[in-house]
Amino acid sequence: MKFERYGIGIAKGMALTFKHLFRYPLTVQYPEEKLVVSRRIRGNELVWYPDKCTGCATCAKSCPQGNIEIATHAAKDNKYVVDKFEVDTGRCMFCGLCVESCPYEALAMGYAYECAQYRRGDLVLKKETIQISDARKPSGYYRPKIEEALPKQTLLVYWDKEREEGGQKLNFLGLSKKRGRGV
Amino acid sequence: MTLLEEFGLWLKTLNWPEWAAYVVPALLGIVVVLGFVLALVIIFIWFERRLLARFQVRLGPNRLGPEGIFQPLATGLKVLLKEDIVPAKADKVVHWLAPIVVFAPILLIFAVVPLGQRAIFADLNVGVVYVVAISSISAVGIYMAGWGSNNKYALLGAMRSIAQLVSYEMPIVLSLIGVVLMAGSLSMTKIVEAQAIPFILLQPLGFAIFFLGALAEMNRSPFDLLEADSEIVAGFHTEYSGMKFAMFYMGEFGHAVTYCCIIATLFLGGWQGPLLPPIIWLLIKVFALYFVMIWIRATMPRLRVDQLMGFAWKALFPMAVVNLFVVAAEVLWLQTITPWVIVGINFVLAVFLVLMWSRLFTLGGGRVEV
Repeated sequence: MKFERYGIGIAKGMALTFKHLFRYPLTVQYPEEKLVVSRRIRGNELVWYPDKCTGCATCAKSCPQGNIEIATHAAKDNKYVVDKFEVDTGRCMFCGLCVESCPYEALAMGYAYECAQYRRGDLVLKKETIQISDARKPSGYYRPKIEEALPKQTLLVYWDKEREEGGQKLNFLGLSKKRGRGV
Repeated sequence: MTLLEEFGLWLKTLNWPEWAAYVVPALLGIVVVLGFVLALVIIFIWFERRLLARFQVRLGPNRLGPEGIFQPLATGLKVLLKEDIVPAKADKVVHWLAPIVVFAPILLIFAVVPLGQRAIFADLNVGVVYVVAISSISAVGIYMAGWGSNNKYALLGAMRSIAQLVSYEMPIVLSLIGVVLMAGSLSMTKIVEAQAIPFILLQPLGFAIFFLGALAEMNRSPFDLLEADSEIVAGFHTEYSGMKFAMFYMGEFGHAVTYCCIIATLFLGGWQGPLLPPIIWLLIKVFALYFVMIWIRATMPRLRVDQLMGFAWKALFPMAVVNLFVVAAEVLWLQTITPWVIVGINFVLAVFLVLMWSRLFTLGGGRVEV
């Protein structure tokens, strides 16, 4: 007598769904809980190194939309000083061509993704906002030297592994506080 | 004597006129029963959405109020404010009347559901017949909705519903007769009082048949063919919006409340139980039953139409007949024996019958390998 034909399949299915009842929900409640994105992502952000930049404007030439605007003047030692470095992120598609074309690695992608603004004018990023800072860090995209220093990560990480090494065992109730909150 | 009748008698001793002593308790009872049903419907909506989400490893609505308990109210408000669209070529009167015909019987059934030893709206001596009669009315409402919408998918869903409800009415009634035979009465309160041992133990097969039949009667998954959204849009309520849709939605959950209460009353001992007050025991049983229904919904895929009819006529119906004869024989000849022997006999019989009947649904009686 084979029990496959006598409703054992239904019992198996019911047992499976019952087990799912005790799994922690996969839903990410977005504004409160955020996934920790990969540090190697081509994010919606550009990071500019003012000291590395020579003002050669290769990035501006490589940009398919012509979003990058650079104005320079010659200093006494016959080097360019960058007066103006503006990126119109409203038209930018974050293709990363400017980053790939930069001969001096003075431009990198960041890993932020919440860059919406209320006014179009705020989307045009000035020299001061786009330069590297504590809040604006380069990702590993097309920058192998930076990538080497980054910690190993899976593509999407639920909780912040950098902040909490170890002890991230999924349990039924205690997880929500341990999840990464913000990047 | 029910509490309401006693209240009426007490009003008469206060020299209230005859009609007032009749009307006032009745109105009070209506308010209490309506409040109970509607509150339970709202809680059921929340319970189903949350629990189904947990079965699917989701969270479910959790924004409005603690654990999202006010979400049904928000949904209700949204639905109330929506535009009520009536199709141009619809049969306007039928289209308008259908939601009411679906929803009203649910409230009517609660007249005979005992919430406590004497807490029942009307202790009819034909309570079970009343339940069976009233609960079939909503099938008419569903067909009215399908016909009045003047929409082929609505009509398809409605016709499926008629076929389904008529088919599953038979095993349901036959398994009910087993309960009535054992209790020796048609009154719901007498049936509850007869369950020193709940009838789920005395008639496991009858319970299974009634439970599955009830799932089909209230059009729940896996028997939700009449609103199969992957096949016929939304079935009979395709053309409904606004408050009329809300009536169907409430009717769906109201059916669930009703059948949970009836199954709890007929098979699980109703309000009976140790320590806790009767209403709490009834609610515990109702929610346990509803949990199983949501569990089944989260697990089972929808049946095909021919499988649905085959299941009703080839499996549930003959098993219900056998169950009825066995119960009748036990009531007739095994009156003096201890009930636990009957429990044993019926459990063995239930397992044997289910195994034997499942052979009918295999290819070539199980001889053909797939």
